[in-house]
Amino acid sequence: MSKTYPDARAALEGVLFDGMTIAAGGFGLCGIPELLINAIRDAGTKDITIASNNCGVDDFGLGILLKTRQIRKMISSYVGENAEFMRQYLSGELELEFNPQGTLAERMRAGGAGIPGFYTATGVGTVIAEGKDHKDFNGRTYILETGIVADLSIVKAWKADPSGNLVFRKTARNFNAPAATCGKICVAEVEEIVPLGSLDPDHIHLPGIYVHRLIQGPHEKRIEQRTVRKKESV
Amino acid sequence: MPWDRNQMAARAAQELQDGWYVNLGIGIPTLVSNYIPEGVNVTLQSENGMLGMGPFPFEGEEDADLINAGKQTITELPQTAYFDSAQSFAMIRGGKIAMAILGAMEVSEAGDLANWMIPGKLVKGMGGAMDLVAGVGRVVVVMDHTNKAGESKVLKACTLPLTGKAVVNRIISNLGVLDVVPGGLKIVELADGVTEAELRAATEATLVN
Repeated sequence: MSKTYPDARAALEGVLFDGMTIAAGGFGLCGIPELLINAIRDAGTKDITIASNNCGVDDFGLGILLKTRQIRKMISSYVGENAEFMRQYLSGELELEFNPQGTLAERMRAGGAGIPGFYTATGVGTVIAEGKDHKDFNGRTYILETGIVADLSIVKAWKADPSGNLVFRKTARNFNAPAATCGKICVAEVEEIVPLGSLDPDHIHLPGIYVHRLIQGPHEKRIEQRTVRKKESV
Repeated sequence: MPWDRNQMAARAAQELQDGWYVNLGIGIPTLVSNYIPEGVNVTLQSENGMLGMGPFPFEGEEDADLINAGKQTITELPQTAYFDSAQSFAMIRGGKIAMAILGAMEVSEAGDLANWMIPGKLVKGMGGAMDLVAGVGRVVVVMDHTNKAGESKVLKACTLPLTGKAVVNRIISNLGVLDVVPGGLKIVELADGVTEAELRAATEATLVN
């Protein structure tokens, strides 16, 4: 059975529904599943809960789904670069569950690994710990965090083979690996699907068992903060 | 004269020890990498999934797939390794990172840190800061001693939502260096030309000898 689909719309056929939970890869605008996000906008799915470190910017990435009001709730660690996000949150239109970044990553990893909860010292003594089970281990206090299992994962990788084995590139790996594992269905978009056997099995970052559907396509890969240095004259 | 941003970063760089893995926060802490003393080899961790963070790229060589935690384009080094976010915070939570240098909105005399939100006004999020302060070996905060109105940001107790409780080891402000010790804060060093009386006047927290 081939995992390869012709485009993002086809790859999302039958897996979207109102009120669903989606785990998305990406950090800022780096390594975001931009093709799948656009297809979810076109599908018009509503009341979505999205677990993603950030929510894009106003006109790119997950910010697009904020603009169309398709998102009911975000589970994120940082929203600083998105004015519309802050506006919808402060006006009460958007629900926001702040998760520390490492807690969010581990919640996804745990959910994908069949671990329903784990204890962490992150957030102890802060609002994050309110209402959560506290337990001491070796004289230190930890709080209980739960694994995330999403209805759907959407991730972006650099290359894939038709069996769904994924290779990421540089810091674009970020949340894509843990997010991919925690979805009941995972759809991955890549820049290139290469023939079976052309990826070194020792160099696979995420085994294809986690990936159910696959598309390739051109990516805009927008840069959020372009910082450079001048070449010193010789 | 109080220290400026670059002087604070240069002072913070003196905290680095050879062989350490270090995480630098956004803002002034990022500038610390410009002042790493000669002969001191540190590996910079970027919590979005990289060890061995290099300088900004030359113009035209930016790579959208290669950014730091502040979303700025950067470069890799010969010793660079990439990994995913779960792995990144496993090494942070697991105590493998020797030190984090972070910015702050407020710090208390007990070492409490607030740097992620101002209720009703500014909602940014904690990013990786809560994980860092709970997981790394040592936390150094770089901050202005007072706000624009001249009010102390070095307090008896933080007024803003906390990033971590009793997590800060050392404060490097524009007025000097203070350590969190039992009973309050201890003055370690004064910025060039700043008197102890000036630092005391700008500090609400209890100062102990």
